[in-house]
Amino acid sequence: MPGGQNEHIVGTSTPRKEGRDKVTGSARYIDDLSFPHMLYGATVRSRIPRGKIKKINFGSGIAWSEYVIVSAKDIPGKNYITLIETDQPCLADGVVNHPEEAILLLAHPDRHALAKAAAAVEIEYELLPAVFTIEESERGDRIIWGKDNTFKSYRIEKGDVDSVWTKADYIIEGEYFTGAQEQLYIETNGVIAAFDAEKGITIWGSLQCPYYAHKALVAVCGLPEDKVRVVQTETGGAFGGKEEYPSMIAAHAALLAMKAGQPVKIVYDRAEDMAATTKRHPSRTRHRTAVGKDGKILGGEIEIVMDGGAYVTLSPVVLSRATIHAGGPYYWPNVRVRTKAVATNTPPHGAFRGFGAPQALFAIERHMDKIARTVGMSPAEIRRRNFVRQGQTTITEQEIREPIDLAKLLDRALELADYDAKKRRFAETNKHGVRRKGTGLAAFLHGAGFTGSGERYLASVVGVEGRADGGVRVLVSSTEFGQGTNTVLCQIAAEALGLPYEDVTIAQPDTMVVPNSGPTVASRTAMVVGKLVASAARGLKQTLIAAGLLRETCTAEEFRAACREYVAAHGEFRSLAKYESPEGIYWDDVKYRGEAYATYSWAVYVAEVTADLTTYSATVDDFVALQEIGRVMNPVLARGQILGGVAQGIGFALYEKVEWRDGRMANNQMTNYIMPTSADLPAIRVYFEELGNIHGAFGAKGIGELPMDGPAPAIVNAIEDALGIPFNRVPLLPEDIFAAVERESSLAGAR
Amino acid sequence: MKSDPADYGFAVAANLQDAVKLLAEEPKRWLLIAGATDVMVQYAAGTLGARKLLSIWNLPELRQIEVLPGELRIGAGCTYTDLQGGGVVAGEFPLLARAASWTGGIANQNRGTLGGNIANASPAADSLPALLVYDAELILVSVRGERRVAYGDFHTGYKQMNLAADELIRAICLPRKFAGYVSYGRKVGARNAQAISKVCIAAVGQSERDVVREVRIALGSVAQAPIRLGETERAIVGKRLDADVRELARKTAVSETRPIDDIRSTAKYRAAVVGNLVGEFLDRLAGGESSGE
Amino acid sequence: MKKAAAKREIFFTVNGEPKTVRAYPMERLLDVLRQELRLTGTKEGCGEGECGACAVLMDGTLVDSCLIPVAQAQGATVVTIEGVLRDARFRALQESFLECGGAQCGICTPGMILAAAHLLQKRPKPTMEEIREGLSGNLCRCTGYMQIFEAVAEAARRTAVR
Repeated sequence: MPGGQNEHIVGTSTPRKEGRDKVTGSARYIDDLSFPHMLYGATVRSRIPRGKIKKINFGSGIAWSEYVIVSAKDIPGKNYITLIETDQPCLADGVVNHPEEAILLLAHPDRHALAKAAAAVEIEYELLPAVFTIEESERGDRIIWGKDNTFKSYRIEKGDVDSVWTKADYIIEGEYFTGAQEQLYIETNGVIAAFDAEKGITIWGSLQCPYYAHKALVAVCGLPEDKVRVVQTETGGAFGGKEEYPSMIAAHAALLAMKAGQPVKIVYDRAEDMAATTKRHPSRTRHRTAVGKDGKILGGEIEIVMDGGAYVTLSPVVLSRATIHAGGPYYWPNVRVRTKAVATNTPPHGAFRGFGAPQALFAIERHMDKIARTVGMSPAEIRRRNFVRQGQTTITEQEIREPIDLAKLLDRALELADYDAKKRRFAETNKHGVRRKGTGLAAFLHGAGFTGSGERYLASVVGVEGRADGGVRVLVSSTEFGQGTNTVLCQIAAEALGLPYEDVTIAQPDTMVVPNSGPTVASRTAMVVGKLVASAARGLKQTLIAAGLLRETCTAEEFRAACREYVAAHGEFRSLAKYESPEGIYWDDVKYRGEAYATYSWAVYVAEVTADLTTYSATVDDFVALQEIGRVMNPVLARGQILGGVAQGIGFALYEKVEWRDGRMANNQMTNYIMPTSADLPAIRVYFEELGNIHGAFGAKGIGELPMDGPAPAIVNAIEDALGIPFNRVPLLPEDIFAAVERESSLAGAR
Repeated sequence: MKSDPADYGFAVAANLQDAVKLLAEEPKRWLLIAGATDVMVQYAAGTLGARKLLSIWNLPELRQIEVLPGELRIGAGCTYTDLQGGGVVAGEFPLLARAASWTGGIANQNRGTLGGNIANASPAADSLPALLVYDAELILVSVRGERRVAYGDFHTGYKQMNLAADELIRAICLPRKFAGYVSYGRKVGARNAQAISKVCIAAVGQSERDVVREVRIALGSVAQAPIRLGETERAIVGKRLDADVRELARKTAVSETRPIDDIRSTAKYRAAVVGNLVGEFLDRLAGGESSGE
Repeated sequence: MKKAAAKREIFFTVNGEPKTVRAYPMERLLDVLRQELRLTGTKEGCGEGECGACAVLMDGTLVDSCLIPVAQAQGATVVTIEGVLRDARFRALQESFLECGGAQCGICTPGMILAAAHLLQKRPKPTMEEIREGLSGNLCRCTGYMQIFEAVAEAARRTAVR
């Protein structure tokens, strides 16, 4: 079913395009770059969660005339960061709405002098009452945003939910919570800005979406589009944390550069990056489900509330994805989904791999285990009975048209995990000793690409260019940050043209050079952008055929010769491909009904854990990750994506907790925000299936975010299996397990 | 990086004599640094109070391990790596060698020193409980000569020490009398590597057919400094390790600690884990196995 | 404002070449390498010795250069990512990291390779457990570590075969 048997490059592990520079240490990240007459920039940030700025004092002992100082009144354009709404200021102007909100910018040639000056700015505030949690926000007795603290809400109605309760044999309720999570890319946020009265503003930076930054800079700098240029430098990890946030740091550097007339570099240290930039949205999900005696879901109500932080930023889109994934990979004949994103006085939450789906899927997958226990069926059986099948519809009434067999996928995952044998063995060994073992599973899906009409709205454009030496160059704004963009897109172009992989290069994403192929998010790059690359590549070939220099069937050498000849005669030439919405895709943005995504990837994950009752810590001993992703474009890269995503999912489940103190991240150091080391992770076992995908290049679906969705529920399901105690919150730390064990034993003692 | 290198005075001691001389000339002005793994973190965070640093890194007089008939003398400048990997430390003082392997990653272990760990006096330091159970003595040196202090008497409060302003720690002496003891050491952190401990235990003992002949238990991260559980030890020595005695040990151990809620963990959790770890040690002691965890 | 320190000359060997820099004693070795010597392969990930991105070999041992005052590198032999792969014992790491997918975003890669070199120096044929432990001071957010371990194991295999 996938692509075909004739591919030589797609489906093989071609080496990472920019890999050699990375392993020799010659790859240049933003902090490795330095420009003549460059200044360093720093940000003075709010120390309070909410209030009015009364006075700004510039302390003694600093030669302030040496510094470039920028405040809101220096902004030549608009004082907001363009995204969905315009409520987030670039620099606070009189009021602050979260700790770490940017108020002033400083620049100086000496990094150390700069740090001293930033520490010497003292700001007097009039404190206003603040809101820190979902509960506080939705209570509505303290309004901090809009009329009722609500950024956005959605409602999905399918069938007739109100009629199911009387028919139910069981009504099962549950409440599930997920906490904030820090992306923790090992390279912090950084940019360099340069301003020239004629050329305008140029930004180099660690970022995912050059055109997002471009749009934001046009607004803040008050410059025309052709006077703003954004260049992505080698980026050391992103995971969504560099999707929208770089627009802010780029705007800051640009403002300093414009005022200083010199280039300005801003690179955050780890403490600032952790405290001031975006995190995964915390969430609370409530399920109420009507289930029949046979374990089948008759219908249900699902309510999700997400904490968006102080400004709207991307919350409507994160919420959208959570909403659409709320039902998991199951068939719901009747369902009502009500979701909202609310404001709190914390730094705005933003994109992080999964983007709402991990939160929603944690809830439904924990809830399915609860349903299983209530009904008296195994976790596997309850899922088999409810999996959505080809021909059935999702909660948005999207028909599943591909022959996905989730029951079979589940069976394969269980076999790979040796699930049944382990369950029997653990039941025995758990009778004695302090180390209790358990297994747990999670079944899930992840929609690839932008929701509904999103891809049409993005109207992505891709170019492939013929080079003088006969090779070709891919032109996209899609960025590489470890996930393999450069490699996979070059593989696709090479395959489409019958060229060796080595003959294809890819341009550094530079808004002056590449067209806008959309943001590098939403697991869309291989699938959507890749398909356009293949199109554009074929278009390039057509140009040579039309010029009489090439036949349809040709060798690589013939292509190169034709290309060289064409370039010699006409100069470098390119072919562009623009996204066209597939036929028969229908999406209602008001009713939230229809084809939410062009396609879904599917997965079943199985976790084996040990819960140690001496230390109350849970560790993952074995992990099976089985997924159907359309087409494995590059086996080493694909496996790498799943391994890394599962590791982050394990962190989300068991280790990574943001400690909030009055809206500020108090544990903003790597010492105290715990991500897993190599000593904490098991050998994660990765397996793929391929059903192909008519909407994706060579059958590709999305892979980047999928692995984030499964680990947390699989692990918490396993811990419940080990200890017999239900946990409904991640991260689940030893302290939480201890508190529950203590509660259970005192309850047992009381009986 | 929040500190300005230009603001810091820095001297490199040519030898031990040079170092104590400078400390005598300007007491309280110089902060000693060896591997600097604690100091540099504070420096980068902008919280280092000291402005003059005296480096005693890699001084040969401080980096020897002398094996004497009755005691092992570990130079205060020995790194955690120096303490591992075979030799008398690993053979006769396994809890110390093991604790050295817990501290940070290999890069930290190559620089962090035992003397630095003691002088930094973090209650969460991994090696210090082992020193308590092994009856360590410190040799302190100044221009006025040398003196020995029982390590159990060294910490007098949170980051308070029995160390004069002009003194430095020269060596840590461990009496070679623990062969054949049952030993048990465990660190409980937020993850398996590179974690600051939430609770840390070192314990040695000898039992004969379930009766406790001798027992020493020390804990880190549950008080202002690492502590010996003297009361617990006295409560169980000479007794048979039946269920009642174990429960008594557990309760007494918890009562001797003062765990706190902090950014890493909670007092209740720490207290519960203390009880569990003491219980696990007593299981091993009763079982008569002589190797540690 | 009077400065507390004066810059001093630091003489040391970096990647086999003698170097002299004038620096304040408390400048971090990491910054001296990156800024004065323009060897930007060594990275800063956390500034507190937790992530290992700044790892170098100093006198043959693995250290985090963000925690070393440059004055303590006086007379030392330092090896960074720019030099370590010239050593025949470690050269295979370059190809194996590429083939096994050991580098994704690449920012942790220099530190990982230094840690791997340090391990292979002590243990030319490490077990998977020894590799896991040897690299446990280096954080990676992209790979989940496994393809890094496989790269180290593969490099060890290839070096042993020669």
